[in-house]
Amino acid sequence: MKHNSFPDKPYPTSGGIHVPHRKHTAGTASVVMPPPARVLIPMQMHIGAPCTPCVAVGDEVRVGQLIGNSDKPFSAPIHASVSGKVTAIKTVPIGGGGMAEAVEITSDGEMTPIEHAPVSVTTAEELAAAAYACGLVGLGGAGFPTHIKLRPPKDKPIDTLLINGAECEPYLTADNREIIENSWEVMSGIYTVKAALGIKRVLICIENNKPEAIRILREIADSSVDEKDEVRVLALHASYPQGAEKVLIRAATGREVPQGGLPSDVGCIVLNVTSIATLSRYIKTGMPLTHKRLTVAGSAIAEPKNVIAPIGTLVSEVVAFCGGYAQEPKKLLMGGPMMGIALSTDEVPIVKNNNGIIAMGEAEAVRLEPTACIRCGRCMASCPMKLMPMLMERAVLREDVEGMKKADLLTCMECGSCAYSCPASRPLVQSFRLGKKILRERK
Amino acid sequence: MKLTVSSSPHLHGKTTTGHIMRDVLIALVPCVLAGVFLYGFRSLLVVSVCTLLCILLEFICRIIMKRPQTVFDLSAAVTGVLLGLTLPPDTPILLLPVGCITAIVIVKQMFGGLGNNFVNPALTARIVMLVSFPTEMTTFRDSIHQATDAVTSATPLAESFTGEVGYLDLFLGNIGGSIGETCKLAILLGLVYLLLRRVISPLIPVVYVGTAALLAWVLGQDVLFTVLSGGLLFGAVFMATDYVTSPVTRLGKIIYAVGCGIITVLIRFYANLPEGVSYAIVLMNITVPLIERFTRRAPFGKRKPEKKKEGGV
Repeated sequence: MKHNSFPDKPYPTSGGIHVPHRKHTAGTASVVMPPPARVLIPMQMHIGAPCTPCVAVGDEVRVGQLIGNSDKPFSAPIHASVSGKVTAIKTVPIGGGGMAEAVEITSDGEMTPIEHAPVSVTTAEELAAAAYACGLVGLGGAGFPTHIKLRPPKDKPIDTLLINGAECEPYLTADNREIIENSWEVMSGIYTVKAALGIKRVLICIENNKPEAIRILREIADSSVDEKDEVRVLALHASYPQGAEKVLIRAATGREVPQGGLPSDVGCIVLNVTSIATLSRYIKTGMPLTHKRLTVAGSAIAEPKNVIAPIGTLVSEVVAFCGGYAQEPKKLLMGGPMMGIALSTDEVPIVKNNNGIIAMGEAEAVRLEPTACIRCGRCMASCPMKLMPMLMERAVLREDVEGMKKADLLTCMECGSCAYSCPASRPLVQSFRLGKKILRERK
Repeated sequence: MKLTVSSSPHLHGKTTTGHIMRDVLIALVPCVLAGVFLYGFRSLLVVSVCTLLCILLEFICRIIMKRPQTVFDLSAAVTGVLLGLTLPPDTPILLLPVGCITAIVIVKQMFGGLGNNFVNPALTARIVMLVSFPTEMTTFRDSIHQATDAVTSATPLAESFTGEVGYLDLFLGNIGGSIGETCKLAILLGLVYLLLRRVISPLIPVVYVGTAALLAWVLGQDVLFTVLSGGLLFGAVFMATDYVTSPVTRLGKIIYAVGCGIITVLIRFYANLPEGVSYAIVLMNITVPLIERFTRRAPFGKRKPEKKKEGGV
């Protein structure tokens, strides 16, 4: 399969909205958080089969030690993020209202790592094995096990690697800082993946509101040893949701992933920029995924900043490290404000695919009363998947299963562009989630 | 710490239904002012009574129906102003409740309130008034600035019209006609405001008027006269663009506007009526669900049934 060259500017995409950027934390360096007294590491931080603990209460563990795995391939192993003793294995509430089994480790403050050494990766199989051993999942928020992404089916040849540095959500700057602070690791990871998988074209996609990141990576890409110049940076329009996988593929290549399909169906692999940097670090050092960079921001945070925290640290402790709450928080989000999950308590742990903690004060956490739909069509105009949200909502409210299918409800990616634009403040995404649940149950 | 837990998204755009209605009211101000300038203060009386009556009727209806009060979203006010502007300046005040009750109580509230009416409330009210009180609804007066001494006169579209009228008079409204429909300049000012505020897209007005102009030309009629006379421009800008009763899909809007244009011209030249805009728009309103069903765009990644969608070249 041949790719169709390196575009100078992005292909047009449908819909999309302009959200406030609020990238106040983009200019300051990330701060490493000192290890908390204890961490609570859930056994499910990814899409796929949950892990089971492979340590017992009382065990001494080191940073990077395997503490949970699964015998099912659609999963990702989990490693200790602090050194210390396993003090409990229990079911705890996690962000989003669910419960999960978690391993609690009381830190000894030493952060002693496991024995580790660089890993050799030249073939595709070695690459996928490295991603698995690293415990790597999509760090842009999706949590898809990366090793599966790196093993596309044989009948789906890949000609393009897309690196997702879009970060289109307001407030979040974690990926941006990863590029600025670890640009060589990002590029090194890219070249490793490119060589191992034999991919001929790599496009690093970054929204144009991050000029420094674009400049830094372009410099490295242009001066690299790769004479064929097959790794280029593409500046995307700063519109939400350019960072959504399917929209990204369309913007960078002009191809549309078929409904219900995967990027490999159109010859692409998409990796988040932090994911690829993490893979590169694992290959260089042998240390798996144990820490996460998060943007802590919002009107209710005293000192917004990017924090590098051990996975399993409680949200309350991360916030305390950022000066605590500037005012009583009305809403606390795990993720960005467009697709993040509202938390009911800050006593839940940070997980692998967390990119941000947003605390909104009274004024920012607006509560809206829905009014009648006036068929203005703004929802339809903003939908990146070219759907008709007002029809979908009508079908869901009537519990009309056929209507939901006809309106292509399952193609909705819950980005929230429609609900953002709706002048009647209708809770569209909430209806669609309910509708998908109804479809699953009554199929 | 009491945290609110709700579904994403947790940010919202600033525009509300009230803002949109307010913009429409502002866009109608030039037409109201033109009506007063051309026909005197009775215009203001008619428009004001219609507006207040519509607001009052909606207020009462929502109480009787035991539904949340919606009067503050200004949509009843918009209907009232629109209805008032389509009436002759000398409409007897006692006739106005007939129109307002038709628009607000029957067409709008009885079908479920805002968003649920299947035809344009103001236009339907006008049709009901025209059919019920044909004499009063076709009695117009000259504009204050016309040279005649007549107390009542015919509009340029009426068969009984004997005078000559220049295009400038048609454009500025220096003729007999409904309060808000005659001054085309005022209508265009309103259109510009609505476009700048992104309340409507130019698609429906342009295609509607364009189709009417084209058909008039094909039939050998005076194109500029067709476009500038009667309620065509007012209907194309303020009535046909109503969100609730026009298609949401782009192709649907085009088909709808073409239909409006064709029916307007056919009624004007071949039917026993001087004006066709109200009927044309209401007839097309009724076809909107059908139009929408057949003009839906394919969603992202729609798989073609005959061949598998291939990636790239």
